[in-house]
Amino acid sequence: MFNLRTSGLAVLIGLFFVVAVLWAFVNGAGTVIGQGYLKEETAEHAFHKHPREIHLASDGLFGHFDRQQVQRGYQVYKEVCSACHSLRHVAFRDLGKLGYSEGQVKAEAAAWQVPGVDPNTGEASMRPALPTDYFPSPYPNNVAAAAANNNAIPPDLSLITKARHDGKNYVYSLLTGYQEVPEELRERFPDSVPSGTLHFNPYFANLNLAMAPPLSDGQLTYADGTEATLDQMAQDVAAFLVWTAEPTLEKRNQTGWPVLGFLLFATILAYLAYRNIWADKKGH
Amino acid sequence: MSFPWAKQYAPQNPLMQWVDEKLPLPRLVYNAIGAGYPVPRNLNYMYNFGVLAGFCLVLQIVTGVILAMHYAANAQVAFDSTEHIMRDVNWGWLMRYAHANGASAFFVVVYLHIFRGFYYGSYKAPREMIWLLGVVIFLLMMATAFMGYVLPWGQMSFWGAKVITGLFGAIPVVGEPLQIWLLGGFAPDNAALNRFFSLHFLLPFVIAGVVILHIWALHIPGSTNPTGVEVKSESDTVPFHPYYTAKDGFGLGVFLILYCAFVFFMPNALGHPDNYIPANPLSTPAHIVPEWYFWPFYAILRAFTADFFFIPAKLMGVLAMFGAILVWFFLPWLDKSPVRSSTYRPMYKVFFWILIVDMAFLFWLGGAAAEEPYVMMSQIATAYYFAHFLIILPLVSAMERPKPLPFSITEAVLGDKAK
Repeated sequence: MFNLRTSGLAVLIGLFFVVAVLWAFVNGAGTVIGQGYLKEETAEHAFHKHPREIHLASDGLFGHFDRQQVQRGYQVYKEVCSACHSLRHVAFRDLGKLGYSEGQVKAEAAAWQVPGVDPNTGEASMRPALPTDYFPSPYPNNVAAAAANNNAIPPDLSLITKARHDGKNYVYSLLTGYQEVPEELRERFPDSVPSGTLHFNPYFANLNLAMAPPLSDGQLTYADGTEATLDQMAQDVAAFLVWTAEPTLEKRNQTGWPVLGFLLFATILAYLAYRNIWADKKGH
Repeated sequence: MSFPWAKQYAPQNPLMQWVDEKLPLPRLVYNAIGAGYPVPRNLNYMYNFGVLAGFCLVLQIVTGVILAMHYAANAQVAFDSTEHIMRDVNWGWLMRYAHANGASAFFVVVYLHIFRGFYYGSYKAPREMIWLLGVVIFLLMMATAFMGYVLPWGQMSFWGAKVITGLFGAIPVVGEPLQIWLLGGFAPDNAALNRFFSLHFLLPFVIAGVVILHIWALHIPGSTNPTGVEVKSESDTVPFHPYYTAKDGFGLGVFLILYCAFVFFMPNALGHPDNYIPANPLSTPAHIVPEWYFWPFYAILRAFTADFFFIPAKLMGVLAMFGAILVWFFLPWLDKSPVRSSTYRPMYKVFFWILIVDMAFLFWLGGAAAEEPYVMMSQIATAYYFAHFLIILPLVSAMERPKPLPFSITEAVLGDKAK
């Protein structure tokens, strides 16, 4: 049924694909020889930096939340970030998991206004938030957000540390990474020099960030008395955003160890059972 | 089933005798994965992965059905419902991470299962049908995994759906209408999300059906083994239970330790951060990459950058990407060597390992950016991939002089002690 003819056919089909892809290779090689191998260097390539590393209690295999730090980060979000950035996946009730009492959660929520319905007239109105409400967006919609921020919509921060490579380090580096525009950038890449309302930040993908530097030393007074340096606030808000991105992180790590311990024990037993059952077989 | 010395199901319990008379389901299980199925005694750990793949399928169905109870397949709320599962559903984070990493685990064990088949010639007569059904399962898995990745409706979900359905647009004449028909619109939206959810729920049960056929076909000739020599006598085999249930139990334990290490301690290591950004049709991600298990084939797709005579580059890439898997269907007839196991095939063994390196290289290239020098590297690797299956394999099996085979499995295991 299958003989030399099928071999011949297989080789022909094989040659078809091989020749087609090598033809593409030759074309590509021709372009490279024609235009030179080295691409023109871009400003992003020359000036973009990898985030600097910070260490948080939530790192690693025994990661947990330093509640005091996360509470400080919440304070930074509330007093600074929340002016422009929403936190739409986090509810006020979630603050209870940060060590706030029920009364404190109610008070925190009541300090925010959320859209509601007037109980008497049925008309749209604003009311104080309840613990079951989610953090309200500072803007009624994306158009308003863009209009208020030079056409750059401030991203929602709930998941930001999971939605960026190296999330917590990225947040910290971005907040502390604003710099004067380097002379070298002005000389080599005049087109990439931030113009008008943009700000140079080497930790941002295209170097030009619409957000003005949001934090500065001593900008707020921490409830727990910690000195509010720029570096401290950036670390604290990064810790807070690790929590908002995954409030279940602590439980996940805590659950993982007993699970692995049990599996290790069960696997050792399974191995011994396997050796025992096979004892009369094989040469060993 | 297959060998005359297979133990017969003889229930002592009157209830089980009664059941056996009415519906011999326990008998079927006994003959399929119990003491009634004689298996070669020399199977190594590479033969664990079939059972592990079956375990992964069950794991995916169980976690998936639970996730479907909380997920909402609507473009407006799909992303939020996924976060609702992560935050508010009791143990929802565990179900979702178990499911997302379960897909990766499934592909890991299936790739190893397939490479085991390559190395030991498991696809050769009389086991062609097992192999063909296996390739069908692999194709169904790829379709299921792709559609599952779309469901969270993040940026990679959306743009992945757009790129992959765009492949159908490369087909001449009918391509564009076909693409619109598949998506139920001009771009991925509610219609596409809903049908992907429906199919993502359906296909695992189709896979389960083909798995049953795969195992049924396996039980006709019985398992192959590392020597590739067929079973000759009772001393060549052991009953599946307890011998291989015990060995698979140990393998399952090792697998679960590695799997749980990912689920509990690095659940997002295999995912892409962009998928935690809600889908936005107006903002294209800098690099659109599929999940890691598609990377070798994605590299092949992108390797075709020049039109080949009258065939446009994009169509050529699509043909090659599907061809790269379809060629596996013809493996039993491309490899003509009567010897199964690489252990006795010195030349094939070398080319097997070159293929593995080539596929690992393609895997790395598939995850890299679509720029030089990666494109040229993937062109060379793609050329070798097709050359391996369609040119080298037929030639090697004609030219090679295999080493002498052992007389029997027992002799191979015990050496002189058998005499």
